[in-house]
Amino acid sequence: MTFTRRETLAVGGAALAVAALPAKLMASTADLIAGVTGGAAASSDGIELTAPEIAENGNTVPIAVSAPGAVAITLLAGGNPTPGVATFNFGSGSAEQSASTRIRLAGTQDVIAVAKMADGSFVAAAQTVKVTIGGCGG
Amino acid sequence: MAKGVKPRVKVPKKADAGEAITIKTLISHKMESGQRKDSDGNRIPRSIINRFTCAFNGTSIIDVTLEPAISTNPYFQFEAVVPEAGEFHFTWYDDDGSVYETKKAVKVA
Repeated sequence: MTFTRRETLAVGGAALAVAALPAKLMASTADLIAGVTGGAAASSDGIELTAPEIAENGNTVPIAVSAPGAVAITLLAGGNPTPGVATFNFGSGSAEQSASTRIRLAGTQDVIAVAKMADGSFVAAAQTVKVTIGGCGG
Repeated sequence: MAKGVKPRVKVPKKADAGEAITIKTLISHKMESGQRKDSDGNRIPRSIINRFTCAFNGTSIIDVTLEPAISTNPYFQFEAVVPEAGEFHFTWYDDDGSVYETKKAVKVA
């Protein structure tokens, strides 16, 4: 199979467009994380975000998050009309800094968890959830 | 929306001193997000539970800020330490100012 110059350009252009898409998503994810941390860098160690890969119903998507040693965990969904989902503030009586809940997602998007650790540093995790039916009404 | 709100909490009845237990809470609530429209195209005003707290004998365990992106009938599961016998105190704060409370006692074996 040989490519003409024209075909090569077309294929290359399409590949570029595909490559640019995730980069755009990543940028908004980074912006959201920076919004919580106040611009401080967030590492990815020590936080675990459990979300389904595919959620058929965007009205109830089960999410679990765990970050040992965290004082607060913020959940964000960048593709929703309002990105904030919930903030868990852990008190001294909590055994393990983990929580699970059910959230609404308007469409396929990244779910982000940002944890503030006791020493003031931040850790963050993100996972893409594919949503078949959005959960924000019309 | 203060009708039909019923908190449900699952806490073990007994625990060892210092044991970590799992607590599950559910409260029936519409959690109207403020995004939906009724059949006439009017926006349905937001009406959600915006805060949930759990404390054991006055010690805070978890304090959650809820946004409209939390599903109908908000469900939470989390872990708590039981240092001594006592009572878990759960509180939900509604947008309309209502406060829903429930208590569960735990014995130490």
